[in-house]
Amino acid sequence: MNAAILGKKVGMTSIFTEAGVHIPCTVIEAGPCPIVQIKTPEKDGYKAVQLGFEKKAIKRTNKPELGHFKKNGLEPLKHLKEFRDLNGDFSVGQELSVEQFKKGDKVKVTGISKGRGFQGVVKRHHFGGIGMTTHGQSDRVRAPGSIGSSSYPSRVFKGLRMAGRMGGKRTTVRNLEVIDILPEQNVILIKGSVPGGVNTILEIVKQ
Amino acid sequence: MNKLDIINNLSIEKAIEFKKNKDGDNFTEIPNFKPGDTINVAVRVVEGEKERIQNFKGIVIARRGAGINQTFLIRKISNGIGVERIFPLYSPMIQSISIVKQGSVRRAKLYYLRGMSDRKIRQKTT
Repeated sequence: MNAAILGKKVGMTSIFTEAGVHIPCTVIEAGPCPIVQIKTPEKDGYKAVQLGFEKKAIKRTNKPELGHFKKNGLEPLKHLKEFRDLNGDFSVGQELSVEQFKKGDKVKVTGISKGRGFQGVVKRHHFGGIGMTTHGQSDRVRAPGSIGSSSYPSRVFKGLRMAGRMGGKRTTVRNLEVIDILPEQNVILIKGSVPGGVNTILEIVKQ
Repeated sequence: MNKLDIINNLSIEKAIEFKKNKDGDNFTEIPNFKPGDTINVAVRVVEGEKERIQNFKGIVIARRGAGINQTFLIRKISNGIGVERIFPLYSPMIQSISIVKQGSVRRAKLYYLRGMSDRKIRQKTT
């Protein structure tokens, strides 16, 4: 059975193993996530499980949304995310917790990365910049350089890497290792960093 | 309490437990030492299968970080060459820390001791 859960980034810390290895890890408060809806190929055209995360006040919920939860006798939830093609026995109302995962599992974590605003090519695409501050180009240190040829093709190719908005996009990091599970805290510790800042909503899926 | 603090405290407890498992009766608490103190750190050195204790004695010139991420920086003069080493405070690889001599200094970071003579350092830290 695949495992999937929704969580919220709490922050980063580090832990020691018994051998004395110092491991940096991200603390994610995940689940328990009730299954709100199960989508089937017959009815919806594809197979998916819709998970909810974090309770929400009824007065904050609009009527169509409230109906979606009430249909299955669930409380309103802030975040709803679909996970496609999960194998296993699922039923609506079932709560998925961090206990689906175990130490050493490889997971992929998806979230919205930190928005960095309008950034130049050096930061955004790891360009090297022009390099020299002498020979009459002291003001072009972080410039992109040439963006194409002249009369042929007389235009700039589509998709050419240039300055622009950076970050704030859906980003997935794969092959992250689960370091520890703390079911009583609803916490999962993952080795290394994950997209986004503190309080980012993350999707964690076992690979 | 913040969830991150809870996790931090849990991991500190765990690190101390690892130490207790390794040391048994020899387990010692981490003393409350400050920059300027001369301390002796007994470090576990793993050589293949075997494990032995190596001592590193010197002046604490800085402490930084919080919770489980705390580290301290020790400086000593070894054969006329200054050697500095950073240790994570809660590392299970540290067998024990003992205060050899307490110093009195007015700074939290004693980077100015670098390049000073032994005599000058003694004057500065007492």
